[in-house]
Amino acid sequence: MTVPVSWYLTLAALLFTVGAVGLLVRRNVLVMFMCVELMLNAVNLTFVTFARRLNDVGGQAAVFFVLVVAAAEVVVGLGIIVAIYRRRLGATADDVHGLRG
Amino acid sequence: MASLLATASIPDALTFSIAAVICVSGAFGVVLARNPVHSALMLVMTLFGVAVLFVEQDAQFLAAVQVIVYAGAIVVLFLFVIMLLGVDRSEVVERDPLPGQRWMAIGLGVLTLVEVLALGRGRWASGPHSVSGALGGPANNVSVLGKSIFTTYLLAFEATSALLVIAVVGAVVLARRPRDGAGAGAGAGAGDEGESLGQPSQVGSKQPEDAADR
Repeated sequence: MTVPVSWYLTLAALLFTVGAVGLLVRRNVLVMFMCVELMLNAVNLTFVTFARRLNDVGGQAAVFFVLVVAAAEVVVGLGIIVAIYRRRLGATADDVHGLRG
Repeated sequence: MASLLATASIPDALTFSIAAVICVSGAFGVVLARNPVHSALMLVMTLFGVAVLFVEQDAQFLAAVQVIVYAGAIVVLFLFVIMLLGVDRSEVVERDPLPGQRWMAIGLGVLTLVEVLALGRGRWASGPHSVSGALGGPANNVSVLGKSIFTTYLLAFEATSALLVIAVVGAVVLARRPRDGAGAGAGAGAGDEGESLGQPSQVGSKQPEDAADR
């Protein structure tokens, strides 16, 4: 017998909530980015759990694509962060308000 | 805990419990750590915990990819950028630009979590089984997943390769050193370490403000 689905999904919901709250609470753009990764991992966990529960390989394939998209997102996002830091706009997300009207 | 032991065998329950504790404590560490380096290391902890849970649910290939790509590449990239930008930039916590946002965010998060758990109670996973192919056992996980990706999800796989090329081009454009003819600060990614060393006045004028913020 294995661990029931509800435990995995509860854990994933908790991880997602921690990531979302961290994204809203923290001001450091790098830590905010890590919180996004946390949320992506929580969603991956639900995908794998559903794949096992429904005996469907589509869930694991979705996780594979999420991993690729996360890698691409990190590359571009960190490039943007480095470009922002180079222009000395400051260390926190609130210092980047150039688009404010 | 009692209900967990009632439905799962002891090794499974133990593995899940330890991995769950690792995941959650790592997640809280990411959010609560003051130093970004500590946040990155805590993220590695969470990723390992999730990889253990993947193995526990017969997703061996994804667990390996999780460790190799996430913990091996993405977090190292994070650490590289943290070191490149300097780890001494601490977060300003005294000056809150949006008063009350912190507590509202925590309250909203807890509310959403409770709501989702209340809605999912009793009907966690519903729907038809094995729509896009049955999941193999632990022995043929890689072959089943590979067959699915290269047949059912072939178009998405090709789109993924295009996405990766676009990401590489975007990263190169963002990190590009501006041409000598271009004015300083005109390009989107103006200057790197060498260039900012060549502009001591700009660096010097910003430094005291940073110190005052701290």
